[in-house]
Order: sequence, then structure tokens, then C-alpha cells
Amino acid sequence: MGIVLDQSEIERSLKRIAHEIIERNHGLDSVILLGIPTRGVTMAHRIGALLGLIEKAVPVGTLDITMFRDDLRLRPPRALLPTQIPAGGLEGRDLVLVDDVLFSGRTIRAALDAIGELGRPNSVQLAVLIDRGHRKLPIRADYVGKNIPTNLRENVKVQLLEIDGNDRVEVSL
Amino acid sequence: MRGSHLLSIADLSRLEVLEVLDTARELARITDGGIRKLPTLRGRTVVNLFFEDSTRTRLSFEAAAKRLSAEIINFSAKGSSVSKGESLKDTAQTLEAMGAELMIIRHSASGAALRLAESGWVKSHIVNAGDGMHEHPTQALLDAYSMREHFPEHDRDFSGLRVGIVGDILHSRVARSNVLLLTTLGAQVVLIAPPTLLPIAIDQWPVEVSYNLDSEIRSLDAIMMLRVQAERMKDAFFPSEREYARDYGLVGARLKELKESAIIMHPGPMNRGLEISAQSADCRQSVILEQVANGVLVRMAVLYLLMGGAPIPTGGMLI
Amino acid sequence: MNDSSFILKNVIHVDGTRVELEVRQGRVTRIANELAAELPVIEGKNYLLLPGLVDLHTHLREPGRESSETVLSGSQAAVKGGFTAISAMANTSPVADTAGVVEQVARLGREAGLCDVFPIGAVTVGLQGDRLAELSAMAHSAARVRIFSDDGHCVSDPLLMRRALEYVKSFGGIIAQHAEEPKLTVDAQMHEGSVSSRLGLKGWPAVAEEAIIARDILMAHYVGSRLHICHLTTKGGVELVRWAKSQGIAVSAEVTPHHLLLTDESVVSYDPVYKVNPPLRTQSDVLALREALADGTIDIVATDHAPHPSEAKDCEWSAAAFGMLGLETALSVVVETMIDTGLMNWQTLVNRMSTKPASIGGYLDHGSIAVGQAANFILVNPQERWTVDRSKLLSRSRNTPFHNLSLPATVMDTFFHGVHVLRAGELTGLKHE
Repeated sequence: MGIVLDQSEIERSLKRIAHEIIERNHGLDSVILLGIPTRGVTMAHRIGALLGLIEKAVPVGTLDITMFRDDLRLRPPRALLPTQIPAGGLEGRDLVLVDDVLFSGRTIRAALDAIGELGRPNSVQLAVLIDRGHRKLPIRADYVGKNIPTNLRENVKVQLLEIDGNDRVEVSL
Repeated sequence: MRGSHLLSIADLSRLEVLEVLDTARELARITDGGIRKLPTLRGRTVVNLFFEDSTRTRLSFEAAAKRLSAEIINFSAKGSSVSKGESLKDTAQTLEAMGAELMIIRHSASGAALRLAESGWVKSHIVNAGDGMHEHPTQALLDAYSMREHFPEHDRDFSGLRVGIVGDILHSRVARSNVLLLTTLGAQVVLIAPPTLLPIAIDQWPVEVSYNLDSEIRSLDAIMMLRVQAERMKDAFFPSEREYARDYGLVGARLKELKESAIIMHPGPMNRGLEISAQSADCRQSVILEQVANGVLVRMAVLYLLMGGAPIPTGGMLI
Repeated sequence: MNDSSFILKNVIHVDGTRVELEVRQGRVTRIANELAAELPVIEGKNYLLLPGLVDLHTHLREPGRESSETVLSGSQAAVKGGFTAISAMANTSPVADTAGVVEQVARLGREAGLCDVFPIGAVTVGLQGDRLAELSAMAHSAARVRIFSDDGHCVSDPLLMRRALEYVKSFGGIIAQHAEEPKLTVDAQMHEGSVSSRLGLKGWPAVAEEAIIARDILMAHYVGSRLHICHLTTKGGVELVRWAKSQGIAVSAEVTPHHLLLTDESVVSYDPVYKVNPPLRTQSDVLALREALADGTIDIVATDHAPHPSEAKDCEWSAAAFGMLGLETALSVVVETMIDTGLMNWQTLVNRMSTKPASIGGYLDHGSIAVGQAANFILVNPQERWTVDRSKLLSRSRNTPFHNLSLPATVMDTFFHGVHVLRAGELTGLKHE
């Protein structure tokens, strides 16, 4: 299938998501962003920067969900990635989880478990760049860059400038 | 690590050591972020197989296992059938039959952990929590973790750090593991002890050796005081507690000779007044309590790295 | 009755010549190039003909620990290994410290009928090192004990050792000392050196062995008695024996096959099959022992065959028993370490494993092949390598350190008083009565 989003489309998607976050939460006073490593963190920082330009800066943190996964035993142990909860915590905030691709929903389930241990936010919302379908859990995204119907054998690869040297999303077999 | 076990620091490469320490550091961040309990090992069973008394080490492993949501069975030889002659082999096989997947073994026999891992008696992962006078790998890992937190400029490389290990090197598994680990990370190690408490052939270890604490103390970035057992006097290793404390204790004015930046470590339990004075143990430079806290993190990291991933295939199916 | 009269054709003498042997009623009656075949003929297949091997140091565990070994199973293992005479150490239960026990062991040996079993008497009562056992009673018993040893324990009390050396002079006895200063080896687990210091196992310093050797050499010289040193393991011990011999002191020494081959590096596995007393030493000790055996400083090879039940070895190191099997692998290990290395030829091997031990023990029926002598000899295929398989050993125990090791030279046939007790590597079921 090749490239499904290029650099300008990614930028546009993130801008739209930023606007939707402001709209949905009636401002940004209580909003906090939590990126899921690795590319979710980059996205969270970009969205955070956009929010800063549009309205005001919000706290941006990272949440590694490795230790909360239910599929750990299917692969060799993975190295843990950074977790950085913004000062002030999650209590009473409107928390937006940010990840690159929404697929089975297991990662988000793990993230919800982790958040449950961290405190009691007012709400938890989910922003993803790509929703490729095939959910195995009752989870949906609140903000979606692009819906891309895929089959299970296909591979969705998100590349971001800060990590991969360029911005694009590819689907390949 | 050796297969799916942690038996000896000698089995770890520098990168594997850093993997454990990095994992422990991320676990610290998760914990500091407010998550007290992780579901990672939910439904998995870990056994504390303690043939020798060690409340601290046992509690530390127990806390680590619980924070990862593992079930933990505590076995201690006291009052058990071991005193009636049941062997290590039978005990381990019995506990595995009860569902143990990982065994944390503390035993007075050097090599007991390796024997358990390689004899074919059990299939469990084995973690050495101290075997005789041989090794205590998680202690060395937590010591390195503690040093790393205090010397951020040496985060991935201990070159240039000079660490003194003082006391009963001969009988110390902590010393053996630390010598291996610290030299793997590039530190310069100096062992300081009376000649009676140093092993034969110490000249073949990758360390410096000194009989004189006073001539070394000013050069150290970290000083690790080992517990000295008073009963060593009976075997003529040293004449009296007083003489030992005078020559090799971190006592009295000696504390002032330490560099400002140097840290004081002790694997515990301490003999205050013998190898370390109360003043030294409680002073600003002492990191002894941090060592205890870091012990739980490092042991969580070890349990996660050994058990967290896919089982090592043994011909069976992946679960 | 077994037919112990035959002609043995086509065997190679250790000097390289082909010979034929006539045996009648268990004795060698003729040795020639070619014999008329008036008796049944046994084809020697050009195997090497050696006098039966003689072992001055085995533990046969009977009476008391028959689950590990019996005099019968030990005899079977001996025959398989090419031995026609073995000596049974005294540390049985009860201890062989009385005429009654040594006679029992000798009788069990005769009943087994596969090789000569010579009991060794304890030096001290119960091996306790407190007072002398009744050495004279054992010497004059039907077992005719000549070698006395507390093996497993050192006769460490210098006064007691002096008395023992003096006392056995009256009947031509010999004290075989297990040289180990006990105060220097409390809880010792392995050789003290760089490996023990790395492994955290309590060390057994070479000096603990050498101090006793030195003391006893001086003492034997002083009281004018004979001293035999069991299982010598250190380079320093070799030097002491060499010095003693240069002074004309009546000392002899043995080395085990395992100390000729293995070093303390084996212990890094913590596998107790390598746990043995005295311990495996370093490579430089091994080389010194080989050299000393070649030049005669060390007189003989002795196996220190020490069977143990599996539970005594299938455990952690410090809980395990000391000792290794040796009878079935001894010849091959000596060939590997001494002949294949070019240090020794087969004639010297015969001296160290048969002639000399027979002479030290006073075992008159063993140690040589000559007209008029008892027909105690073996056939060896020096070309045939074999791989040690502990499950196939004839010993009741399995604690060989050589499991899965490929070794040179195979014992094919053993003749004991002319009885063909081992044929083509298999026990025949025949025995000498």
C-alpha cells in the first residue's frame, strides 16, 4: 500500500487533534498529556507544543506500560522505557493518552491499569495517529489522525522526524 | 546471565549489568511516580529457599516479588525437614511440585545455586541470594546501583572511581561479587584487610591489596565496610575486637580522613563499634539505608528480567 | 573345578617379543616362542601380556556399607580393570582394627574368587588416632596383614606415629600414611589456591600434606622403619620423597590415576564427583607427579577406589562425600597420562602398577610372569580406545570423574591363578576356588 500519510498530512492531523482536545475539554486548564513510549512520547510533545501555540502550555509526561502488559510472556523481556509523571500528578486532571497506532487495544488497557495505580484523573481520553482496526478489547480513540483499514498481515510503520529522521506512515506486508 | 538464572556476577557482561541497573532505574521512576504495585508477575510463583538465616535479604526479595504481584512462598530451613536430613535436592523438587517457577536460594554451601541450576533437579529459574563464601550477586548489583546514583558522571563507566572494600575478604561473598562487578564496570578496587582475612592467591585477582587502611582512606571514592564476625577471633584471624577496630574499623578520627565526596557503604547487618562506628554509619556520607531501598529495586529488575519474558523453550509450548 | 591348564598363543610381551605361555593348574609352566598344543589353546590375538595389576589402595566398603560396594563387586571391578590383587582399606564399619574383621574381609575375598583381596589393618583403634590397634594380632591372623593405615584419617599424633612405625618392625609391617595435618584442613573442601579463592571453598593447603610427609620421613629414618605415603599429590611432597630416597630412607609413595590427570580447575562446576581427599591439585603439581612416577620417585600407582552411593554425590558440594572410583579406569588413565605423553614405556608401567606394588605389599603371587609363578596376568589391547560410561561400571557405585571421557587401552582378559575370569572384556562367571 505504501505511504498512507506524508509529512504535511501528519502535521495537519496533529493540529486537528490539538484543536479537538481544546474543544472537547473547554480549554486546557485541567488537561495533561501522557505519551506512551516510544513514538507516542514524541507525538505528545508535538501536540503539547501545538497547544502552547494555539492556547497555552500543558504538562507533558511519559508512561511506559511494559510492566503492565498481559503479553509479556510471548517475547523476550524488553528493556523498560522512561516513565515521567508530571509534577502535580494525575489527580482530577483530564488526561490525554497519546500513542502512534491503535490496534488490539492491549497497550491502552495496560496504560489504563497503570493510570489506575497512579491516581484518579477526572477523565482519560485517547489520541492516536493511526487507528488500524482489529480491536480485541472494548476500547476506542477520542482523537484519531487517520483511520486505515488493514488486514492482520499488514504492518503499519509510523516514522517521526525526531526518531526516524523523517515523518511518514507506511503500510506494508 | 547464565541461561535463565542469576548465579554469579562472573556470568554477566558489562551490558547485562547495565541492563539490570537501567531496568532498576526505570522501576524507581515508576515507583516514584506513585505506582506501588505492578501486575507484571501476577499469577507467577516465586520461592524464597533460605537454608541460612538472613531476614534482610529474604524480606528484600519478598518485597520485590510482591511489588511485581508474584505469589511468594517462603521456605526457611529452621524447623523444617532439612534439619531432619532432607536434602537441597528434595526440598527444591518439593517446592517446584508446589508450582514454583523461580527459586531464590540462600545456602551455606558455596556453589549451591549453581548446583541447583545445573544438576537437572529442577527446571525453575535460580537466583543466587548468597552461596557460602562464593557470591552474592544481587548485593553487588545494588551496591553498583547505589554508587551510580552518587556518581552521575560515571553512569555507564566506573573508570576513575576507587573503591575500598575493607574487612573479612576471605569469608565474604559480598566482596567476591563486588570485585567482579566493580572491575567489570571499570572501577579500581582496593581490598584492605589483615593478611589472615585475605584469600591465598589474592595476587591473581584484578585488584590492589593493602594491609593499611590509613594509607588508603584518603584516596577512596567509596568505602565498603564488611561485617566482621566476632567468632573469627576463635580461629586466630585476629587477636581481639579492639585491635581489629583500631586497625580496620571506620571509627573515630578516621572518618574525617575520607574525601568530602566519598560515600560509605555496608551490606548489613552492621556491628556498630567493630567495623564501623555509629557516627560513621549515620553520617551524611553514609548511603547504607539507600542500599537497602535500592536492593528492592534491583531485585525487582532481576525478577522481571528472568521471569518477565517468554519462557526459555524446553521443548514445551509457549504458554 | 575350573580348568586352569591351557596354552596362551600369540601374545606380545612388554619388551615387544611374541611369546606363548603354558599354564598348568594355575601356574606358569613354560614360556617359549612356540609350544606344542597338547592343552586347550587360548588365542591371544597379539594383545599385550602384562602381569596382573596390583592395587595397594581401595575401599571395598564391606562390612558396613554394602550398598556402595562389596568385596565381590569390588573384585569384579578390579578384574575388569586388570587387577589380580587389591588391598582393602580399613575404614569399614566396623573398622578393620581387629583380627576378626580382617579375616572376614580376606574370607569374602576368597569367596569372591576373582582376585586376591588383601586387608589393610587400621593403625589405631576405630581410626580414632588415640591408641594403637592390635597390629600384631592382625599380622599373625589368617589374613596375614602387612600394611597398616588409618587412611581417610592421618595418624597426626607424632608420638603415636612413632610408636606405630617402631612396632610393625617386629613382623615386617609397613605404615601407609594418609598425610594430612588435620588442624590445617578443618572443613577443607578443595585444594587451596587461586581456584578455591575464586570459588569461595575452604582451601586445603599443600603444606598440610607436605608437613606430615616431612615429619614422617624424618621419623621413619630415626626409628629405622618403613613408611609408605598414600596418594601423594603435591610438587613439594615429591621433592621431599626425592630427598628422602637420596638419603637412603625407606620410604615409598603412591599416586592415584586421578591426580595424574585432573586439576582443581574441574571444581569450577561444583560437581561433587570431583570432590576427593586429598584434593585435585594444580597443573604444575600434576606435571611434577607424572615426572616423579616416571623417574621412580613415586614408586607406584594406587587407585584409592572410593565408591559412594549416588545420594552422597547428587547434592551440593559441601554436603558431598570425598572420593572417586578408580579400579576400572586406572590402567587407561595411566596410559593416557604416562605412555601417550612419552614419559614412560609399558615396561615401566608394569613396574609401577604390578611389580613394585606387589613387592611393597609382599604379595608373592603377583607382579611378574615367570615359570613357577602363579598365572596372574592380563591381556591388554593398547590400540582400542573406549569411552567411560558410568552406567556400565561393574562397581556398585557410579562416582567416576571420567564419565564420557575417551581413554586409550582396553583390558581384554584377566587370568587369576590361571582362571580366565575376564574374557574379551566380559566377566566369565568363572572363579578360583
